[in-house]
Amino acid sequence: MRFSALRILKEGLTGNKGWTPHWRDPAPKPAYDVIVIGGGGHGLATAFYLAAEHGLTNVAVLEKGYIGGGNVGRNTTIVRANYNMPGNSEFYSHSLKLWEGLEESLNYNVMHSQRGVINLFHSDGQRDYAARRANSMINQGDDAILLDREGVRRMVPYLDFENVRFPVYGGLYHPRGGTARHDAVAWGYARGADMRGVDIIQNCEVTGIDVENGRVTGVQTTRGAIKAKKVGIVVAGRSGQVAALAGMRLPIESHVLQAFVTEGLKPCIDQVITFGMGHFYISQSDKGGLVFGGDLDMYASYAARGNLPLVEHVMEAGMTLMPMIGKARVLRSWGGIMDMSPDGSPIIDKTHIDGLYLDCGWCYGGFKAVPGSGNCFAHLIAQDRPHPAATRFRLDRFRTGVGLMDEEGTGSQHNLH
Amino acid sequence: MRLPCPICGERDRREFYYRGAALALHRPDPDAGDEAWADYVHLRDNPAGVTRDLWYHEGGCSAWIVVTRNTVTHEVLGAELAEGAR
Repeated sequence: MRFSALRILKEGLTGNKGWTPHWRDPAPKPAYDVIVIGGGGHGLATAFYLAAEHGLTNVAVLEKGYIGGGNVGRNTTIVRANYNMPGNSEFYSHSLKLWEGLEESLNYNVMHSQRGVINLFHSDGQRDYAARRANSMINQGDDAILLDREGVRRMVPYLDFENVRFPVYGGLYHPRGGTARHDAVAWGYARGADMRGVDIIQNCEVTGIDVENGRVTGVQTTRGAIKAKKVGIVVAGRSGQVAALAGMRLPIESHVLQAFVTEGLKPCIDQVITFGMGHFYISQSDKGGLVFGGDLDMYASYAARGNLPLVEHVMEAGMTLMPMIGKARVLRSWGGIMDMSPDGSPIIDKTHIDGLYLDCGWCYGGFKAVPGSGNCFAHLIAQDRPHPAATRFRLDRFRTGVGLMDEEGTGSQHNLH
Repeated sequence: MRLPCPICGERDRREFYYRGAALALHRPDPDAGDEAWADYVHLRDNPAGVTRDLWYHEGGCSAWIVVTRNTVTHEVLGAELAEGAR
């Protein structure tokens, strides 16, 4: 079933009776060429690119819950490529280009909206860093504009520019950044993979990874044993548990990150605005809700909900930046499980077990990486060598100390990101 | 979340700084080799369930404590002074 304007018109005129499920609900086959563990955004994208770019269609995605029920449906939907460091910079640039062609390649409306991202700065030193980061982005081939205070004021006049502690000095504006409809990204990739022959198997938890003579041979699941030549683990916050099934310990600690949404309001925030000094960022969904969040709660957690001190902190930061939002009523808050790596950058690499691949460590920035991660992980699985945009996401960088990508400059240590 | 400091009693989470897994108490010998050090610095069991982690009572008595708690439910099961905990 393909989507088109003509199709919508036809369905509208015939009672919308012709729409069919977006993907099949197959029983697992006894064996596959590739099994992708994890049916989140990254896993579904991996399966899609395995089929679409590498001709591998005898592929299964195993999801212990349901499609769209994990972090891909729990994030704040921001898409951007404004990284500074080599490694991250080229990867997110690659990912953003995939975003820009995504709706066409999936034939699916993911509501990708390049409304622009503004990172505010509040001192001369921060301005220097923003200029340097902007130059890195431009050198990478992406877009960046350094706004002075008046430039920011013209775009977002409602900020508290004269705040005593954090006066707004300007902003790093990234016009091609923006947002996308997160659920639609999961559904679009699931549908795209399914159309190409991939089996998406929900309610199927992996309970064991079979390894013989240093080579992966398949997995044990709650729906029986399944053989596979290659297995990819891409399970975000659950990476530690799934890797343990193969006897591995990872440089990953799972933390909780909270997010919030208000009641629907008329359009008032046109861009994505980040206020790094308050660990606060905000955008407005197409439905009208103000979607915002802050920093980690800063302790290991799988609860998918956080504690009140961080809620208070985020609300205070929001009020500090834009006092006008004080009258908006918060509708919901929730938490996601973040796979935090020591240096805050991801891992897309082989493991010491032949045929077993790992994609994790996306910290609190996994959503924008969905197309890039899926694309590069599929490349690694299919070709056994890293994609050029992801050569630095090595698992061994923590042991060797070579090629750490500490984007925040805080040190490569678990509790610092 | 409230943590039971063995010295101060039950106190608000905001008084504490989080260090991470209590693994940090098992520092390898300086010449233990890079595998042992990579393990110690970076690799984690990262359990979904009961865990032991290190907190510093920054806003209180300045003691380092080992808290036993459940990462799935946020239930706090107990705490002891890091000194001698191992």
